[in-house]
Amino acid sequence: MDNAIQLISIFAAAMAVSFGAVGPALGEGRAVASAMDAIARQPDSAGTVSRTLFVGLAMIETMAIYALVIALLVLFANPFVK
Amino acid sequence: MNHSPLQTTALFHIGPVAITEPVIVTWAIMAFLTLFAIAVTRRLSLIPSKAQTILELFVGAIGSQIRDTMQVEPGPYRALIGTVFIFILIANWSSLIPGIEAPTAHLETDAAFGAIVFGSTIFYGVRALGLSGYLATFTKPTWVMIPLNIAEQFTRTFSLIIRLFGNVMSGVFIGAIVLSLAGLFVPIPFMALDLLTGAIQAYIFTVLAMVYIGAALAEGRQESLTTPNRK
Repeated sequence: MDNAIQLISIFAAAMAVSFGAVGPALGEGRAVASAMDAIARQPDSAGTVSRTLFVGLAMIETMAIYALVIALLVLFANPFVK
Repeated sequence: MNHSPLQTTALFHIGPVAITEPVIVTWAIMAFLTLFAIAVTRRLSLIPSKAQTILELFVGAIGSQIRDTMQVEPGPYRALIGTVFIFILIANWSSLIPGIEAPTAHLETDAAFGAIVFGSTIFYGVRALGLSGYLATFTKPTWVMIPLNIAEQFTRTFSLIIRLFGNVMSGVFIGAIVLSLAGLFVPIPFMALDLLTGAIQAYIFTVLAMVYIGAALAEGRQESLTTPNRK
């Protein structure tokens, strides 16, 4: 029984990271594409754009990090595994 | 790989209080920053030395960031915001020293920072608007929003904590995994990425702290600014 819970936990951790990474990946792609577009149109503002881009990317990436934290909770701090 | 990133082991005990490795590293960083600040500011001169120029540049940059983000004079906030930024930056980068793990890679350190931001948001809000004035901001825009506004205080602090913890910890974790899979020099690009992530996360934590404190200050002020223009 305990073994089954561990199996399911590992599977759930993999699912959490893999599906949790899809949304942020799409979002980051869009953000970078828009930033490239903006820099191509106005090369003067490249500094401001890329600084804002980095902060924005880190914010988006946080969503994937949340999934990673949940996965680690499931793996290392699972309340159902003794 | 059976070492959980959520656990810390106590090195020794002072009375009933367990002292863990992140605490020691935190103390070392505090001592380093304090001694550095004392050493540089002891002989201030009008024609600055190299270290003083760097420090002045830094203080100026933090001040202008506060002015841009919070729309207030930076004076009363520079100490808190600047200390939080420098400390988290040094803490994130301290993992470069062999044998030392970044204290921000443990949940407790980040929780302490989250609590500081949470407390100072309330402190500055109450100081600027008065207790009743600050409590009244929870009823904006309507009183229906009171539970949501209260919940927001806690969820945003929680996300602040988890964001910093998750980013730094995942860097440490990935480094450990790559090191256990491949040899000596393979983790170096990941460590370089870690430096970038550490700097960006320190910046984001600070900016969000500024935004939260600024929001607590601005909600009272905004009302008086926008009301006459309303059609």
